[in-house]
Amino acid sequence: MGVEKPTPTPTPATTPDATRGGELVPLRRPRATAADPRLSDVDEWGRSEHMRELARQLYDPIYRHWFRVEWDGLEKIPRHGGALIVANHAGAIPSDAPVIMHGVEQELGRPVYGLADHWFKTVPVVGTMWSRTGGVAAHPENAYRLLREQQQLVLVFPEGGKGPAKTYDERYRLRRFGRGGFVEMAMRAGVPIVPIAVVGAEESMPILFRVPSLAKILGVPYMPVTANHLAFGPLLGTVLYFPAKFRLKVLDPVSFDVAPDQERYSKSRVIDEAEDIRVKLQATLYEMLAARKSVWFG
Amino acid sequence: MGARVLVTGLGTFWGGRVAQTLEADPTVEVIVGLDREAPKIPLERTEFVKADQSYSILSRIVKATQVDTIVHTFLVVDSTRMSGRTLHEINVIGTMNLLAAAGAADSSVRKIVVKSSALVYGSSHQDPVWFREETPRSQSPRTRVERSLCEVEGYLSDFAEDNPHVSVTLLRFANVLGTDIVTPLTKALDLPAVPFIFGYDPLLQFVEEDDVVRSIEFTLRHDVPGIFNVAGDGRLPWSEVAAICNKPQVPLPPVLTNWAVAPFSRLGIIDLPPETVALLRYGRGIDNRRLKQAGFDYGYTAAGAVESFARAQRLRRTVGDSRPAYTYDADVEAFFRHSPAVVRQPE
Repeated sequence: MGVEKPTPTPTPATTPDATRGGELVPLRRPRATAADPRLSDVDEWGRSEHMRELARQLYDPIYRHWFRVEWDGLEKIPRHGGALIVANHAGAIPSDAPVIMHGVEQELGRPVYGLADHWFKTVPVVGTMWSRTGGVAAHPENAYRLLREQQQLVLVFPEGGKGPAKTYDERYRLRRFGRGGFVEMAMRAGVPIVPIAVVGAEESMPILFRVPSLAKILGVPYMPVTANHLAFGPLLGTVLYFPAKFRLKVLDPVSFDVAPDQERYSKSRVIDEAEDIRVKLQATLYEMLAARKSVWFG
Repeated sequence: MGARVLVTGLGTFWGGRVAQTLEADPTVEVIVGLDREAPKIPLERTEFVKADQSYSILSRIVKATQVDTIVHTFLVVDSTRMSGRTLHEINVIGTMNLLAAAGAADSSVRKIVVKSSALVYGSSHQDPVWFREETPRSQSPRTRVERSLCEVEGYLSDFAEDNPHVSVTLLRFANVLGTDIVTPLTKALDLPAVPFIFGYDPLLQFVEEDDVVRSIEFTLRHDVPGIFNVAGDGRLPWSEVAAICNKPQVPLPPVLTNWAVAPFSRLGIIDLPPETVALLRYGRGIDNRRLKQAGFDYGYTAAGAVESFARAQRLRRTVGDSRPAYTYDADVEAFFRHSPAVVRQPE
C-alpha cells in the first residue's frame, strides 16, 4: 500500500468538477450544513410516530368502549430490553394485533412492532398504512435487528395465517405453531418470549365459511365469509367488528439458556419449546373460556 | 495504493472521476484508462486506450503496462442507456475478459476493485428491511441488468477463490444521487411532477456521488478484500424525496405498472425500467455497517444525498444546464503528454 494521504474532504469548493454535461464550472458547493433535510418522522422500519399517534387516537374509543379490553398480568411484559410477544390469532381480519399493540403502547409507553406476512406489503394503501403504524414484514433478519440490536418489543402470531383463517366451529383451538421459527428468533436474539392469551377476537368477526376459489382469483391468502358480512352487508361487514368483550392474560415470560447469535439451533429443542408454549397458551385459553360467563360482557 | 492502475470505463461518469482522484496522488505512477468512448472530462496524465465493448484488447494492455491494480467501474447499472444485448456484452463478457487477463499465469495484477450495485439484491415484497452482504436475494433476478450483475458477481467470487494472491473488493452501491449524476431516479425527480405507484410509498436509500468516489478511493488505499454495501445512513419514503425536491407527485396505476409506463418510456417522457418500478413499489435497504467498520466515513446520510441533489437541482433551475465544453482530442492529449516540446515541471 502506498503512502497515506490525509482523508480528502468531500468539499473542495474551489476544485472544478465534472458537471452533468462535462463542463468545468464550480458546481460543487460546500456540503449543506443546514438542518436535517428530513421532513417526516418515518423511521427505517417505515413506522411514523405521528401516524401511530393518530391511529392511537382513532383507535382508543374502540379499544375502551367497543371491545372494553381488560388485561391481566401486564406487568410481566418487560419495560426495558427486547422481548418477543406471541399470541393466539383470530378473527377474519384479525382484531387482536391492534388490541395488543395499542394496549402495550398505552400502558407501558413502549412501541410495539407487529410482524406480519410479506403479503401485506403487496396490497396498495393497506400495506403502506400497516407499515406507517408499526407493521414490519416477518423476516428473520428484521426480527433479529429489532430484538437484538434495537432491543424492541416485537409481536408475532406463530399460527400465521392459519389462525385467523379458521372457521367459527374451531374457535380457540390453536393451530400448529409453524415450524417454531419464533422460538429460533428469540434464541438468536437472546430475548425472552412473552405469551399472551387473547379471548374475544374469535367472536368479533367469526368466519362462517371460506371461498378458496375466490381467494385464488383475488390473490389473497383466504377469502372468508363472516357473520359480520351477513349482519352488516359485504362492505360494512368487512370493517365492523361485533362488540365482543376482550380479555388478555399475559403468561410468564419464557427464557432460553442458549447462547445468542448462533448460526443454528437444535431443531428438536426449538420444536419442543414451541410446543411447550403452545400447550401452555392453549391451557390458559381453556381456563379463561371456562371462567367467561358471556361473550359480550366477559 | 498501487502504483500502476488500470481504470475501466474511463469515459463514464465514475471512471473519469476515479481517474481524476488518482491523478491527484503522486504515489500513483501510471493510470491507464480503458473505454469505448473518449473521456468526457479533462485528465492530465491518464493514458486513454480505446477498446471495444467486450474488452478483448485487455489482456494485451495488462501485459504491456504491468498494472498492479484494476478499478472496474464499467458495469452498466442503468438499463435505459442501451439494449439488453449490449449491456450483457459489456457487463458479463467485459468482466470475463478482465478477469481472464488479471488471472493469467504471469499477471502483475494484485488488486481488483469492482463497482457493482445494490440491484443484485433486487426489490421484492419478501425482502428484509436491511440486506446484509450475505443476505441472499428473495426472488431470482428477472431483469437483464440484474441477471448480468449477478453473473458478474459469480465470476468475481470464483476469481477471488482461485487467486488468493489478488485482493478482490466488490462494492455494491445504493441508488446514487448528487449534483451531477443522471439516473432513472434523477430523471423522474426532474419531471414537473414525480411519478409514484399509487398506494405505495417505499423506503429508499441513497448514496451521494462524492461518497461513491471516496469509497472507491478508500478501498484502493486500504487492503479490504470482500464485499461491501455502500449507502448513506437511514432510509426515507419516496414521497419525502419528492417533497425535499419540492415537487408534486403523480400516481401510476398499482397494477400492470410496467405496461402503463411503457408508452411514456417510448415517448421519452418517463424513463422507468422494470427494476426501478420494482424499487418504487417495495424499496430497498442495504446495511452499510461493514464498510464503516473497515474505517470508511460517509460524508452524507441518505437524506443528505437527497438534499445535495435538491440543491443542485435548484441551482440548475436558475443558471441552466451546462453543456459539454470539453472534447477529447487524441492529438492534443498526446502532444501535452509526450511531446519533447512541452516543458514538464519536475515533481
